[in-house]
Amino acid sequence: MSMTENSMSAEYKEAITSLLFQLADDDFLYAFRGSEWLGLAPHIEEDVASSSISQDSMGHAAMFYQLLEDLGAGKADDLAHLRSAQDRSNSILIERVNGEGYYMETPNYDWAYQVVRSYFYTQAKRVKMDSLCESSYRPIAEVAIKVKMELYYHKLHWETWFKQLMSSTDVAKKKMNDAITLVMNDFGDVFSFGNLKQKIESNNLLDSEEEMKKRWLASIGPVFDALQMEVPAIPNHPVMNGRNGEHTKDLDEALLTLSEVYKLDPVAVW
Amino acid sequence: MTASIDVSIERIFEVLMNVKDPEIDSVSIIDLGMVGEVLIEGNKVKITLLPTFLGCPALEFIKTNTVNAVKKLPEVGSVEVEFVFHPPWTSDRITEQGHVNLKKFGIAPPPRYFKEDGSWHVDCAYCGSSYVSMENIFGPTACRSIFYCKSCKNVFEAMKPVSTLM
Ligand SMILES: [Zn+2]
Repeated sequence: MSMTENSMSAEYKEAITSLLFQLADDDFLYAFRGSEWLGLAPHIEEDVASSSISQDSMGHAAMFYQLLEDLGAGKADDLAHLRSAQDRSNSILIERVNGEGYYMETPNYDWAYQVVRSYFYTQAKRVKMDSLCESSYRPIAEVAIKVKMELYYHKLHWETWFKQLMSSTDVAKKKMNDAITLVMNDFGDVFSFGNLKQKIESNNLLDSEEEMKKRWLASIGPVFDALQMEVPAIPNHPVMNGRNGEHTKDLDEALLTLSEVYKLDPVAVW
Repeated sequence: MTASIDVSIERIFEVLMNVKDPEIDSVSIIDLGMVGEVLIEGNKVKITLLPTFLGCPALEFIKTNTVNAVKKLPEVGSVEVEFVFHPPWTSDRITEQGHVNLKKFGIAPPPRYFKEDGSWHVDCAYCGSSYVSMENIFGPTACRSIFYCKSCKNVFEAMKPVSTLM
């Protein structure tokens, strides 16, 4: 490890810490929303695939929280489970519920929304990991190289679903287009670094917000071309910015569920 | 003066050959290419392991089993085992012996190459037929996919290829 805690400036540490919280919180919530589909996915093979993707994503979150622990931010498990909503930096998109109802009672989740959110998020994560492979912070670059290899399979999976449903019945297409609208409404903070934008970008931790937006649009371009559709636009100004701790009540409820399980047995492996 | 005998690296590797994947007991962590470095200083041993898939629940067991196995050597004073991400684990780290041992368990070893379009092919783990179809890219664990052999009509699993070129 080239850059140790002692040799980094306060500004550098602030920037890397903020970025790590964004990445960790995104994957943590993404894995949680994915795990809520357990037993509810369209078929048994999808159930297996979905839980595998959620498990990988929880593993990625754990790595980012571990890097935070290495920087002295606190214990990884506690960082994952015990922080309140206003301290979280995940994107609004990732905290949204899967649909109406609750997991334990009459869930009426929207599979089209799950497919679109997962596909768009996975592509966004790939763009970030690609960029992080060249990060000035070696520990994050090493983790990103590993994450990227696993993401290849997630991308393949969600892209297949996306193409199939977009080429399916009119009802399916309608649901997918509604889901695209919902997802894009929340997409404004996905590539935002929040208030620390300038510090994160100037320390060469990864490419700029603008550069990554361009790469994301390019990454989904061929799929939209093949479907003869326009690539959706990323909103310029997020209505709420999760990177700055602005969140919906969906996050409060998710954290309540998550921490209930954790507080029952904080030493259990999660 | 009591001279402590230095731990030999051969002895450590012998022991590591018997640390198995908790889910595939025919395959050792050496077979899987999970052992990064073994550093010996007097009677102190430090081993780095390369995780296969980051969310793999077997990793903690593997770490514990590695520590316990090495500790059993009487000449070893202390053991430290740590997961590192560099170099990244890739499926081409699985040894020839690893390929043989995976097949013994009914798991097709990962293909060495991707086709140009990014797809990949494995032969049936049971009968070697190429006449197979992929049932699910995600198997019961993150590292495996599920296939069906149209020749011997068996369902089998295959280790996913993982490469930095992906
Ligand atoms: Zn066969």
